[in-house]
Amino acid sequence: MSEMLLQVRGVETYYGNIIALRGVDLDVQQGEIVTLIGANGAGKTTLMMTICGTPRAREGQIIFDGEDITQLPTHDIMHRSIAQSPEGRRIFPRMTVLENLQMGAILNEEETFGEDLELVYGLFPVLAERSEQRGGTLSGGEQQMLAIARALMGRPKLLLLDEPSLGLAPKIVKQIFSVIKDLNASRGLTVFLVEQNAYHALKLADRGYVMVNGRITMTGTGSELLHKEEVRAAYLEGAV
Amino acid sequence: MEYFLQQLINGVTLGSIYGLIAIGYTMVYGIIGMINFAHGDIFMVGTFIALITFIGLVSIGVTFIPLALMLVLIISMVLTAAWGWTVERLAYRPLRESFRLAPLITAIGMSIALQNFVQISQGARVKPLQPVITGGYEIMEKDGFIVNLSNIQIMIVVVTVALMIIFSLIISRTALGRSQRACEQDRVMASLVGVNVDRTISLTFVMGAALAAVAGLMFLLYYGVIDFYIGFVAGIKAFTAAVLGGIGSLPGAMLGGMIIGLIETFWSAYFSIEYKDVAAFSVLVLVLIFLPSGLLGRPEIEKV
Repeated sequence: MSEMLLQVRGVETYYGNIIALRGVDLDVQQGEIVTLIGANGAGKTTLMMTICGTPRAREGQIIFDGEDITQLPTHDIMHRSIAQSPEGRRIFPRMTVLENLQMGAILNEEETFGEDLELVYGLFPVLAERSEQRGGTLSGGEQQMLAIARALMGRPKLLLLDEPSLGLAPKIVKQIFSVIKDLNASRGLTVFLVEQNAYHALKLADRGYVMVNGRITMTGTGSELLHKEEVRAAYLEGAV
Repeated sequence: MEYFLQQLINGVTLGSIYGLIAIGYTMVYGIIGMINFAHGDIFMVGTFIALITFIGLVSIGVTFIPLALMLVLIISMVLTAAWGWTVERLAYRPLRESFRLAPLITAIGMSIALQNFVQISQGARVKPLQPVITGGYEIMEKDGFIVNLSNIQIMIVVVTVALMIIFSLIISRTALGRSQRACEQDRVMASLVGVNVDRTISLTFVMGAALAAVAGLMFLLYYGVIDFYIGFVAGIKAFTAAVLGGIGSLPGAMLGGMIIGLIETFWSAYFSIEYKDVAAFSVLVLVLIFLPSGLLGRPEIEKV
């Protein structure tokens, strides 16, 4: 069977004394696209950041590629070939596009840089045109592409994508989702995708999880969830 | 005219020393948003390390001056950098997640602690050093007034300019410099691409302290006397320079250092030497009122 890449076991995360994640269990297998959907404030981003160790899980275990990474410092976790395109994109605003991409590749050998740069410029040609422009001056869609490209520069085994569609024109959302799909199909890239845009996410994903108030309430294949009445009512009303 | 020229030379020399110290303030402020008030005392420790190393080298028979100075420069950069690293590790890193004023208060505490440590271990009296680099050039003479450009002044300016170029290149071109700027712009994101943020901050302190050590050696060679208290005034002047140039900006620190050095020198030359500190600090007041982000700084936008 497929190899387990990421296992989240009973994870609880707090902000101060306020609980944000309540015993979350979640698996991502090698080569899969897994999506986590849920309303605003459900805890999706918190889970994404907890996987990266900031904030740290107070309870439970996070296992990546057979290794317990729960207590590792964030930069050590990223060393294990996890890359995140975070909520709000978090482009380095006063660095050029190229420098942002260099930051994404900071853990790699220099020899592979040119090759990886060619790959992401191929996926997002607009970044090549803007390579000397400061990140902060890009449009929202371009920043999103840069955030994903920066994550890809790290040659991740697992790509964490937090709301790549937020605030973008439908056409750009389509472009970004098709890039994710291609990378998964052609390179076997494993993707864990957090989305509010449930329809697109579930169509793209092999499997999905639904989160409500810091708990996983449902799980199933993408199409199973798409056809579930509760999911349709809560997350897809008017989207189809 | 001759008098003016002489003061210009003196001012640029002094400004170079201030600029080197100011870089340490501005780099640390850039990366963690804190004024490291112990930095002036790191500079003072640097002067003592330089003096002790120099005397030590001479006593073991290294009397070829260029070699001795080169060794002193390297040794005092390394040892002073170690002091800078230690101060950050002990006094600031444990307070990283604390409220904003906490590291500022420990910085003042570190400043006092370093002063007292040196006062007790080295004594409170001033320590002299015979002029090591002598000679110079007479640029012009008129009515018995000779304009001098001494070798030590040339050396100070050349070393400062060279270090400025090297450090600017490190910040703008190397992976370390990019990591430093990334930490400055978004620390969480920097860690998400795999930057070891704590180590990057440590290295920033190390670089600032190493430059302060260079300034320390220059100061020692130029003035020939040091004591445990010199770090305070020099530190505050360099801090003023960093604010004037725009805190967080590397070229700003150098420019600010130059301006403060020149103001202080010309004020002493044409008005009163007693009030030279007043002149320098008046500049700080004026800058804070009329140009709070400094000459080359970015306007402060409070991050949410």
